[in-house]
Amino acid sequence: MADKRSSAGNMLEDPVYLEIVQQLRPHAQATANISPDTIILTDLGMDSLAIMDFVFDLEDALDLTIPEHRISEVKSISDLVDAVYKLQEGA
Amino acid sequence: MAIFDKFKALNDVHEQLKSVGQSPSSLLFDEIISPTEAVLNGRRTILLGTNNYLGLTFDDASIEKGIEALRGQGTGTTGSRIANGSYDGHKELERELAEFYGMKDAILYSTGYMANLGAIGTLAGRDDYLLIDADSHASIHDACKLSDAQVIRFRHNDPVNLAKKLERLADKPGEKLIVIESIYSMLGDTSPLKEMIAVKNKYGASLLIDEAHSLGVMGANGRGLCELAGVEDEIEFVTGTFSKSIGTIGGFLISNVPGLDIVRLASRPYMFTASLPPSVVATARQALSRVPGATELRTKLWDNATQLYAGLKNAGFDLGPQVSPIVAIRMQNPQKAVALWNGLLEAGLYTNLALPPATPSGWFLLRSSISAAHSSQQIALAVELCTRIGRELGLIPCPLTQGASVEMMNVGTRRKEASEDTSIDKDEAMAQA
Ligand SMILES: Cc1ncc(COP(=O)(O)O)c(C=O)c1O
Repeated sequence: MADKRSSAGNMLEDPVYLEIVQQLRPHAQATANISPDTIILTDLGMDSLAIMDFVFDLEDALDLTIPEHRISEVKSISDLVDAVYKLQEGA
Repeated sequence: MAIFDKFKALNDVHEQLKSVGQSPSSLLFDEIISPTEAVLNGRRTILLGTNNYLGLTFDDASIEKGIEALRGQGTGTTGSRIANGSYDGHKELERELAEFYGMKDAILYSTGYMANLGAIGTLAGRDDYLLIDADSHASIHDACKLSDAQVIRFRHNDPVNLAKKLERLADKPGEKLIVIESIYSMLGDTSPLKEMIAVKNKYGASLLIDEAHSLGVMGANGRGLCELAGVEDEIEFVTGTFSKSIGTIGGFLISNVPGLDIVRLASRPYMFTASLPPSVVATARQALSRVPGATELRTKLWDNATQLYAGLKNAGFDLGPQVSPIVAIRMQNPQKAVALWNGLLEAGLYTNLALPPATPSGWFLLRSSISAAHSSQQIALAVELCTRIGRELGLIPCPLTQGASVEMMNVGTRRKEASEDTSIDKDEAMAQA
């Protein structure tokens, strides 16, 4: 699984990153700027409910469960990319 | 003080609410007249938001039993049952609860909130999994914080999503405990219980159902949704509360799983808080004893619920998905939601204002809960007041502006008056539809 991951600095082409951005769009404010450093809780105009819905969509898209404690550890989008890879590796 | 700085956003909302009217969290009743009426700000007010489903708060027999226990056993137990021992009433009430549900064991807690903390937080340990509905009550979310288990949310009332999540855990050791509610407290929608149980059985999980809003309300004997759905044998754990249909305070955990007793010694919300006072136990026992035979009250409750739901639906309000003793008007505009709630209060109708994030899908809700003690005149008045104020606020569509947006209807009073004149036709049309 880990080999699917793009090398450092190439986050913008990372398949997980791209999937996250795609799933975020419908939940985030239309004008929101999405980048790897974007802080999900504060930068996207999303409240906790919108974030929960986004996580459900992402779980479906990636066929993976993201447990609560993992979500609470995540701040930026690149944190979420890391969390997804860890979960895919079974960690 | 800086320690309060983190509450700024919360405080701003509270201040804003106060600046436009009453604040739901600081209402002060001058007098409680009956299960359905109180005096608020000097005004006689209908209570349509107190979860008093069977209207038993002024039940003579309950009051007598409470007074008897107060005189006989004093005002409180002054400690937990682990430290200070139990009174006979605690034991009797647990026996009666188990008998009522036809289950092996019952454990009393001091509130329903603590029953969920104590049950969920204790039953799921470090290597276990808690699977909770996305619209769970705060007590369930808080219980998850108390538990060492991994917590996984599934989409609200969605057995397919639950199944996917259990499937992904299939090869993981550890117990899987699914937590759902019978009637969800904000919109009044019920759980698709049979489908949930099918998923639970398929994956060898256990199920805990919080019957807070269905005790006394559903099922031929008032045992709740599990009784109504005929699935009581398939449920591992039930939690509930005395704070709604039973009309007092207290919570419980019921189970058929052998060996429940040990939970008492592992459950911090059982061990480290005072047990229920004897008078509360006595009133709860009396009210519970009435539940199986309270068929007439249940019929009246559901008649009232149907009357309110149909009345508001016909007026054009956007409501929760099904008739239930909880009827919620869903709104997207916070100002109008607050104005509706305040307008109703001023007109003598008390309901609940529920705001995100405590509400599903970010709705602003005017939540009402219905009682068997309401008269149909009271319900009719509630519908009338909601309709009148809802129209004034442009919350409900009117024939002249059909198809136009709610915002447009709010432009100019003349237009509003015009639309009100003909709005009866709309009501009739919708009633026939
Ligand atoms: C679904 C649900 N569970 C538990 C509770 C808590 O009950 P109690 O008021 O007894 O703490 C409530 C009520 O607020 C509830 O709505």
